[in-house]
Amino acid sequence: MAQQTATMNEIRADETYLQMVWRRFKKHKLALISLMFIILIGVIAILAPLISPYGYDQIDRENIMSGPSSEHILGTDRIGRDMFTRLVWGARISLSVGLVAALVSVTVGTLIGAVAGFFGGVIDDILMRFTEMVMSFPVIFLLLTIVTLVERSVFNVMLVIGLTSWTGLARMVRGQFLALRESDYVEAARALGAKNSRIVIRHMLLNCMAPIIVSATLQVGTAILAESSLSFLGLGITSPPSWGTILNSGRYYMRYAPWITILPGLLIFGTVLAFNYIGDGLRDALDPYLKR
Amino acid sequence: MKRYFLRRLIQMVVVLIGISIISFLIMHLAPGDPVDIMAERNATPEQKAHIRELYGLNEPLPVQYFNWVGRVLKGDLGTSFVTGRPVLEMILERLPATLILNFWAMIVIYLIAIPVGMISALKQYSWFDHVVTTVAFFGRALPQFWFALMLIYFVGLRFSGVQISGMSTWGVEWGVQPFFTVLQDRFSHMILPLIVLAFSGMAGIARYMRASMLDVVHQDYVRTARAKGLPEKKVVIGHAFRNALLPIVTLIGFELPILFSGAVIIETIFSWPGIGLLAVNAISQQDYMIVMAFNLLGATMTVIGMFLADILYVVVDPRIKLD
Repeated sequence: MAQQTATMNEIRADETYLQMVWRRFKKHKLALISLMFIILIGVIAILAPLISPYGYDQIDRENIMSGPSSEHILGTDRIGRDMFTRLVWGARISLSVGLVAALVSVTVGTLIGAVAGFFGGVIDDILMRFTEMVMSFPVIFLLLTIVTLVERSVFNVMLVIGLTSWTGLARMVRGQFLALRESDYVEAARALGAKNSRIVIRHMLLNCMAPIIVSATLQVGTAILAESSLSFLGLGITSPPSWGTILNSGRYYMRYAPWITILPGLLIFGTVLAFNYIGDGLRDALDPYLKR
Repeated sequence: MKRYFLRRLIQMVVVLIGISIISFLIMHLAPGDPVDIMAERNATPEQKAHIRELYGLNEPLPVQYFNWVGRVLKGDLGTSFVTGRPVLEMILERLPATLILNFWAMIVIYLIAIPVGMISALKQYSWFDHVVTTVAFFGRALPQFWFALMLIYFVGLRFSGVQISGMSTWGVEWGVQPFFTVLQDRFSHMILPLIVLAFSGMAGIARYMRASMLDVVHQDYVRTARAKGLPEKKVVIGHAFRNALLPIVTLIGFELPILFSGAVIIETIFSWPGIGLLAVNAISQQDYMIVMAFNLLGATMTVIGMFLADILYVVVDPRIKLD
């Protein structure tokens, strides 16, 4: 154990920061397996039109709610659409919703947190009260409400999920910025005549990057879950289907065709779990001060 | 303390005002003219104008906002577009079902999560701790609705003693049937939603308790207690556990909104006749008065809950010093 700790915290002169992060990330076996799983799902999602044997809305009248067979390896749904095809397309939709929503949420959260923490005072007060207002609404309900107000498209669902989930990160970035503002090296940079923009980006933002990246990774999983909840309640994306949509379409036929419900749920579960493990691995790998 | 209390109080009022403005604006953005819903289908433009005037819908937006806030403060949350009944009445009617379910879920969660978190911390890095940490990790990634559906499929559809829909069997009532028949009926309906809620709520509390306990056991006074030769049991229960519970107590503040809105999806799946089901139905029927009332009440509960948590945090732990 002692030796392991030594290699973990070893600083090697010949490697870059990224090389060090990768070396440490590899030590977290579950995170590594998760990363491979996500890459696999990602490749499937990108190649969806090429690898799906049928169209995602193509109906096979001969096989309605039929179990796995050589024609349909994962069976068909209640109107005879190929489950494998739909799940492959579902990966495309669910994954892109997760990634874009996380990007929106992290951008907004970092921006609001950074501005509040850097300027402090009245600006901080206003922004933090606003953050508290947004986080007070029950998330699932706020989501449902806004989704009914806007036109339901993939893009809008991404945007709405992103815009309702940035509050935690904003508060964290603000806290970090408030602390960094008082730190010696920021003071030194200021004394040396560095411009505000350089201080913010070079000295403050880069120092918060580790928790921001970790939070972004976890946010992808949260966003995928949020989208699947929306679709499950029938208020999400319908065509091409997301995993949540497929799951919802099978819920009243569970007794006869359980695979329609079981498979997309397993994929959602596995993907979210994988993103959480990657986030966990990154948390350990990115922080050079962390001792294990 | 007094200054801190006052500052938090003012902050809370500011946030509450903001929430009411956001709620009002969302309601205003809702598609469709409320007059079209209130008026009869073949109403003349004059009649519509009359309704508009009657409800103050032709006033400037800020005036409408103040009128609305005034009504809300008097407990008038508007009238449902669909049933024509007062929204507050409809919510209060559904509240007991939600409260019962969430109350029992909370009891189960705390009864299991606190000892589990404590043992996890005392035996850090043991197999028990690893299992708890892994299960908690899985719990965070598990889609709640899917877990519920799997329980229905693998348990509910296979065992006749377990119900998958509603809250009671029609006609089985307290005082009519024997006590244990009714008890069994209620239990058979509640067990599945309870398992789902408890499982998803437990992970967080157990991790929190574990962290809190780890924090405490490494402190000087615990070491002193051991050095004095106190039996381990006394050290753990009397010294460590009591202090580790302090931060947990403050979590009660956060439970307040969960009592109200924590079971939206679960109620939908199990047709539990609570406010979550009412709310989801209102959304699909575009009954915005109910939707808004729900958002407003949910957000208000959260703000009050956070306020209580902050205050409790200071009250229960005299070591905390405020600037």
